[in-house]
Amino acid sequence: MDLGFVIFIEMLYAVASLVLISAGLAVVFGMMKVINLAHGEFMMLGGYATITAVGLGVNVFVAMLVIAPLIVGLIGLIVERLVIRHLYGRLVDTMLATWGLSLVFIGLATMIFGNTTTGISTPIPGFTVGNYQINGYNFFIIVVAIVLVIAMLAVLKGTRAGLIARGTMQRADMAAALGYSPDRIYMATFFCGAALSGLAGAVLAPLVGLVPTSGGAYIAKAFITVIAGGPSLIAGLISSATSFGLVSQIFTFTISPVIGEVALLVAAVILLRLMPQGITGRFFKGKL
Amino acid sequence: MLITLVVSAFLIWVMPMLIATYTLTVLVIYGMLGLSLGLIWGFGGILCFGQAAFFGLGAYTYAIAAVNIGESTVPMVLAVLVPAIFAALLGAMMFYGRLTDVYLGVITLVVTLILFKFVNSSAGPQFVIGKARMGGFNGIPGFQTLNVPGNPDAYVWGDPYFYVCAVALVIVFLLVTCLLRSSFGRIAIGIRENETRMALMGYDVAVRKTILFAIGAAIAGLAGALFANWAEIVTPGLFSLGQSAEIIIWCIVGGLGTRFGPILGAAGLAYLKFVLGQQSMIDNTLITGLILVMFVLFLPKGLVPAVAALWRISFGRTRRKPQRTGRRRARHG
Repeated sequence: MDLGFVIFIEMLYAVASLVLISAGLAVVFGMMKVINLAHGEFMMLGGYATITAVGLGVNVFVAMLVIAPLIVGLIGLIVERLVIRHLYGRLVDTMLATWGLSLVFIGLATMIFGNTTTGISTPIPGFTVGNYQINGYNFFIIVVAIVLVIAMLAVLKGTRAGLIARGTMQRADMAAALGYSPDRIYMATFFCGAALSGLAGAVLAPLVGLVPTSGGAYIAKAFITVIAGGPSLIAGLISSATSFGLVSQIFTFTISPVIGEVALLVAAVILLRLMPQGITGRFFKGKL
Repeated sequence: MLITLVVSAFLIWVMPMLIATYTLTVLVIYGMLGLSLGLIWGFGGILCFGQAAFFGLGAYTYAIAAVNIGESTVPMVLAVLVPAIFAALLGAMMFYGRLTDVYLGVITLVVTLILFKFVNSSAGPQFVIGKARMGGFNGIPGFQTLNVPGNPDAYVWGDPYFYVCAVALVIVFLLVTCLLRSSFGRIAIGIRENETRMALMGYDVAVRKTILFAIGAAIAGLAGALFANWAEIVTPGLFSLGQSAEIIIWCIVGGLGTRFGPILGAAGLAYLKFVLGQQSMIDNTLITGLILVMFVLFLPKGLVPAVAALWRISFGRTRRKPQRTGRRRARHG
């Protein structure tokens, strides 16, 4: 019973962290068709922003949930204005340019913060269930992921800004004809995507030791989750995060964590071979 | 063909006077690796995010086989064949599934990651192939390096090894040239330009892409084996994403769709990295990243095509097309 509960929480946590890791990329790719390979570095910068802010005496939750997304969002804004806006519609070029950006960020972070591991302690204590110890912070991550998904749904479906954004993503020329500037909307969307990446990096920062290259650990997973999810933004994110999270956790519990990671990757290859348009290219068609 | 031979002979003669042969050797090897991606990406339109996988596979195959056999000729052949077969299987899976651009990128990236994770975690004593221990993060040191075929004690190292690598690169370059001039190469370029049209003309696109992919992997595998001989150790770092990224950057900077561009990009950037590595003012990664961004933004075609275009503008007057007469005739007609 206790073990079942622990495993259930672990699975939920794996899915939630995949959702968190991929949300920023999903917004940028799902809406703008820009593959942002600097996504992992945005997360890394979010982590550093949190640690720096905490070092300056800011409350850790304010640092994670407010300061880090804002700072990373602003960095994203600068990057979008300088580089990415020249490359819209050129999928491979944006991919390469953002890869270059990711290297630039790694280099900058190495020069500023040094090539050493930094970290902060988890702000929520763990507790025990029967004979098992559970990390209380896992619950926080699950809650953040759920709130995040609901908020994204609410903004995209419920608000006028979300409506305009979705319209622009479908037919930029039509939105322009109706008097909205696609350029500004792309800019705002990229800001949101970067801010989400920053939030994810900040929330996950207490769990991992942060080095300038730690973005690399996220980007592959995020990339796979988003691509396998397919064209629908939120349905794709949730469905692929769930399937990959479950696969990796099942193999982690039955064999070993390394096999779990490998199983996730193998699952991705098989999934893409069977459904080249992603999960939502076949199921949940037309959903958001 | 003759010009290539003369120029390369000249370069092989001159370059050792400018740069130490130890450094030159690795530049040549990287040039070959760049050429392997330049072939499949620039001429086949297959953007492979995992060329490092074949490079690493070649290196590991060589190391494992060399430990077991204790002689270098068979391992060299295996190091070319194993990546080629692996790529043929992977390519068949992808191309018969009609996967294109981004999805191709994801799958090759994922395969590289799988290999990296697997090799990285193979430290335990149960991971043994024949007499070779996989060694996990530490890699495999101390295998038999290149020797004269049939004589395991006559090692080829130092200056002669540079000449071996350089000649290998020239041979590969000429083979690639022949391949591209053959009908197979022309059809490959056709597939890059318009896949549907080539399929409608009756060519089997999937099998051709698979073969091209395998050839690219074979070249990368050879480069990997040569690298293993140069470094005298193979580590999981060969499979890393950073390595794959670098190969792509070489191709972009040198110029896609040219044979010489990726080699130049690889050797040039690797040398730049080597020079920059001797100072600690500015981080190396930062500069690599900046170069990539700048090239994508301002020179997306790469150095070699840009220089060629510049040459044509400045000195190409004699070969101007008879445009004027054609236009006049059109107007009168």
